[in-house]
Amino acid sequence: MGTISNQAAIAGIGATEFSKNSGRSELRLAVEATLAALADAGIDPAEVDGLSTYTMDNNPEIELFRAIGGRQLKFHSRIHYGGGAACAPILHAAMAIAAGIAEVVVCYRAMNERSQYRFGTGHTPPPVPTAESAHYGWYVPFGLISPASWVAMQARRYMHDHGATSEDFGRVSVAARRHAATNPRAWFYEKPITLADHQASRWIVEPLRLLDCCQESDGAVAVVVTSLERARRLRNAPAVIRAAAQGAGDDSQMMTSYYRKDIGRISEMNIVADQLYAQAGIGPADVQAAILYDHFTPFVLPQLEAFGFAKEGQARDFIREGNIELGGRLPINTHGGQLGEAYIHGLNGVAEAVRLVRGTSPNQVDGIRNVIVTAGTGVPTSGLILSPD
Amino acid sequence: MTEQSDLLGRARAWIGRPATAPVTARDPVNQPMIRRWAEAMGDANPLWHDPDVRAAAGFAGAVAPPAMLEVWTMAPYRAGGRTEDEDMAVLRLFDEAGYRGVVATNIEQEYLRYLVEGDIIHARAIVSDISDEKRTGLGIGHFVTIDYEFTDQADELVGRMKFRILKFKPPLEQSKAAAPAGDAGANAFPHPRPAITHDNAFFWEGLKQRKLLIQSFDGRLVHPPVPACPETGSLEWTTVEASGKGVIHSFVVMHQPQLPCFQYPLPVVLVELEEGVRIVANMIDTAPEDVAIGRAVTLDFVEVEPDYILPAFRLA
Repeated sequence: MGTISNQAAIAGIGATEFSKNSGRSELRLAVEATLAALADAGIDPAEVDGLSTYTMDNNPEIELFRAIGGRQLKFHSRIHYGGGAACAPILHAAMAIAAGIAEVVVCYRAMNERSQYRFGTGHTPPPVPTAESAHYGWYVPFGLISPASWVAMQARRYMHDHGATSEDFGRVSVAARRHAATNPRAWFYEKPITLADHQASRWIVEPLRLLDCCQESDGAVAVVVTSLERARRLRNAPAVIRAAAQGAGDDSQMMTSYYRKDIGRISEMNIVADQLYAQAGIGPADVQAAILYDHFTPFVLPQLEAFGFAKEGQARDFIREGNIELGGRLPINTHGGQLGEAYIHGLNGVAEAVRLVRGTSPNQVDGIRNVIVTAGTGVPTSGLILSPD
Repeated sequence: MTEQSDLLGRARAWIGRPATAPVTARDPVNQPMIRRWAEAMGDANPLWHDPDVRAAAGFAGAVAPPAMLEVWTMAPYRAGGRTEDEDMAVLRLFDEAGYRGVVATNIEQEYLRYLVEGDIIHARAIVSDISDEKRTGLGIGHFVTIDYEFTDQADELVGRMKFRILKFKPPLEQSKAAAPAGDAGANAFPHPRPAITHDNAFFWEGLKQRKLLIQSFDGRLVHPPVPACPETGSLEWTTVEASGKGVIHSFVVMHQPQLPCFQYPLPVVLVELEEGVRIVANMIDTAPEDVAIGRAVTLDFVEVEPDYILPAFRLA
């Protein structure tokens, strides 16, 4: 059986500034980030022959492609389920490259999610007779209308089952803001918070407080994927794609997997974690840092459990012992995460993992051999393990 | 689909039988009706109204256009539709099975003689054919053919008609948002509505009758509903009515964002019903601080707008 492990690498990363109002089109943000990533890789834009993004991205591949002077687009793909797509474009790119379909694939996500629309204002889609629209009919008539509310239902049960507290969620937020405070790219640069700040922040959806919820941001991120062989000849050290996977199952629903036996689990991530470790041939002991999707703090805990850093229900202890901070067993979200740096639907986390592999993170972790990156939780998701060559 | 073959069997039992009781025209064939019909149809032939022309054609009195054959015995117009006697029982079978749409697809008429002033027409309608289920552009349905015979005052046959209609399942009606309240606009943001699909329509229809229905594949209950049994692949399912007893499995209290149609803080509960499935709903008469995992609840219903009913729970 073939494998994509170690076939491809991320050779370039690029981004716009992260703001609350970019003042320009999403398409322009996508173009800027793409050109920056290609410049970082040292690859001519005319060589791009593949593109991959999220179904939620508003920028057509062909519009981006003509703007960067693309010549022959041979591969393009989109991944569904919101931020669950954060790592999957890199998987698709690696597959296309390993299969010989494309040579240079740009993965991008660009959005004016703060200035032009906001995901958290309440989702009440028009009732049209599709399965996706029908899904929301089980929730929105009862006022359960926001991503925070959908996550909160599972978070409440997790707290009940495992004794986790709002303070445990708060520690995730405090760590993220501590890391963001030393990251000049972060919106919350030099703005750390304390656990008391977290506990004093207002309720959004009990048991979630304001500071359990990530930011809303304008901005774009792009990464360039090419073969490992080619990446070795480029100007930056390759971030080798050692493993990449998607996952759903166990009666997965779009943010409301309330019908599986244990709703405190985000089984999608267990499916991803098992594949990643198997592909890479490693276990949690071989991982030095992780970028764990943090749209809302509670789901960081079951992610730590899915990847084996804590036993089921015991992530709270792992966090209380300071393990997710710099100097701890597994520093997470060294860029500040989406709580601290920006909410670019997780693709900024992929870029940070590349920096960790290159040794250029604003909060560099020593001795990096493997970095885990995850995508949106509570939805069909995806993940990566990136490594130095 | 046993239900459907049942329907076809019951409908086909009507073949050869009268579709309605025999009808006698309320008025004899007459000039005023002929004149109005010809005008409405844009038929300017002087034969229908000019005494000289019809005399030259050999008619002593008014003569009717042949296509008026059925006009004389048509059911009276009534606001609110036909009476049960005037209606066709065979078509009601289809209405009751959800084939509520109707469209006439063919009419063939055969004329044996001209109808003239003073003729009194009788009509008999016989169910002659019911088709297998057909997939048409309008929807899934059955063609129903009715054969008519028209006779005169001497019981002589004057014409025949073959009338074919399609009884079909119309596209699912989608929820209509309530009209904003007339004055203050307090209700300007209507209560969110579900999308109705072929897979979930039973649930929302059940609520209108204040029943919480759960999909059952031979006793295996599933919610939210799916088209096929996850265990056996069977496409056959029925529903069971929930007893209404359950336990709060989890809950949230909404503060932000807020919709005008709810009161905040708004508890939203995930209830595990005693049948074993879970469902999201709101609470009635319950303070947010009284909501807790493990508390027993009982089902009730709230009419959020006319004809829009949602399940809700009370603390037991």
